[in-house]
Amino acid sequence: MAEEALGRTPLYEEHEKAGARLVPFAGWEMPVQYEGVKAEHEAVRNHAGLFDVSHMGEVVFRGPDAEKAVQRLVTRDVGRLETGQAGYAAVCYESGGTVDDVLVYKNPDDFLVVVNAANREKDVAHFQEHTDGLDVEIADESDDWALLALQGPKAEGILQGFTGTDLSGLKYYRYVVGEVDGLYAVISRTGYTGEDGFELYVRPDGAAPLWRLLVEAGAAPVGLGARDTLRLEAGMCLYGNELDPETTPLEAGIAFAVHLDKEERFLGQEALRREREEGLRKKLVGFKVEGRGIARHEHPVAVDGETVGTVTSGTQSPTLGEAIGLALVLPEVEDSFDVVIRDRPAKARTAQLPFYKRQKK
Amino acid sequence: MAVPQDLQYTKSHEWVRVESGVATVGITEHAQDELGDVVFVELPEQGATLAAGDSFGAVESVKAVSDLYAPVGGEVVEVNGMLEDSPEKINEDPYGEGWILKLRISDEADLLSAADYERLLEGES
Repeated sequence: MAEEALGRTPLYEEHEKAGARLVPFAGWEMPVQYEGVKAEHEAVRNHAGLFDVSHMGEVVFRGPDAEKAVQRLVTRDVGRLETGQAGYAAVCYESGGTVDDVLVYKNPDDFLVVVNAANREKDVAHFQEHTDGLDVEIADESDDWALLALQGPKAEGILQGFTGTDLSGLKYYRYVVGEVDGLYAVISRTGYTGEDGFELYVRPDGAAPLWRLLVEAGAAPVGLGARDTLRLEAGMCLYGNELDPETTPLEAGIAFAVHLDKEERFLGQEALRREREEGLRKKLVGFKVEGRGIARHEHPVAVDGETVGTVTSGTQSPTLGEAIGLALVLPEVEDSFDVVIRDRPAKARTAQLPFYKRQKK
Repeated sequence: MAVPQDLQYTKSHEWVRVESGVATVGITEHAQDELGDVVFVELPEQGATLAAGDSFGAVESVKAVSDLYAPVGGEVVEVNGMLEDSPEKINEDPYGEGWILKLRISDEADLLSAADYERLLEGES
């Protein structure tokens, strides 16, 4: 059987040395776990964990019309971002369905849009297609960057030991260009775990030294398995699960990233405004399974035997010790329903999101 | 990874210990290692009758679900109730406290010897 060659991040050898289990993910050979999902999950909640997320894509918008182009493509009003600030946004089709969910960084002279690995090529084509007539260069610079995420209550303490940047002054969703142990790094106070932490954009040759440094300083390597349980506890969307071309960002519960009132017209704006006026066709809910079993992606949601939705993500929450999940259901569904686990209905009840919220200092 | 020589195996990574007409069934060290931290085990009812090859339940880790298949046919005479509260026994002691169920054998099936199973594992790695 012919297999397409999988990409390897600059940290591939570090993963192998650490005994990681490597799996194909979005065209990359990525670590799904090292010690075990539970132990890694707990390391992030209680101490600090280190993730290789170099498979993510970095797309830069440059030129006189860079801001106009980004405004046209994303749901957030990026004109409100200050230099040094990042914002979470959706990219939509004209239909309102979701192309991707992204992080937009406002640099002094350009915009960096960080996209999901699986969507990189699709996104760049979409960006090109919908910026006709604008004086903008859209450059996929993913191969020029490695991305490490250091997450957890001890993240700041660990990182501060290696950088002159005063991290205590760096607010959530802000970033600075600096150095970590002499290596050029964009230090961004962002993450996908529900903990405080940083995402560190470095040059590919800086990735392995930085990885080793942070591991020696006590950060536990964490794979994609725990990345998923952490983000799910934090109630964060995963493209391909909660978000897809058939689902709008309003339906997926990320209206906070959609500025319907922004002056610059954006793709999907009319459809989303209409949906807001006419009512959502489906809604994202968090739930806990009260019966026995763990709901999983694509399990049906039913009320009185009638299918009223689909589980988008589900797992056993390591922090809560309960089976939790997210589901897209019809808007009229109330707070009690069944999740159908391998043809057997199990009682579930909606729960407030996020399932887990860290204690603020 | 040591494969106990006194047990028989399936291609789907269950182990079987046959004693006076009763088969004790679990999943192998390799299977638990592939799954990772087991957080839930779905067990059949005691008294249920299974044909060889029937799916009778599932073992779930945080990340994945693995179906369980009956290595032989028979009636379920006992299930390991301890797994309901302590599914991690499957990781900690897959050939001992992590056993899953016992079947009174009514239908024999072709099982792999320890040597055959070792070869299967070598082929997979």
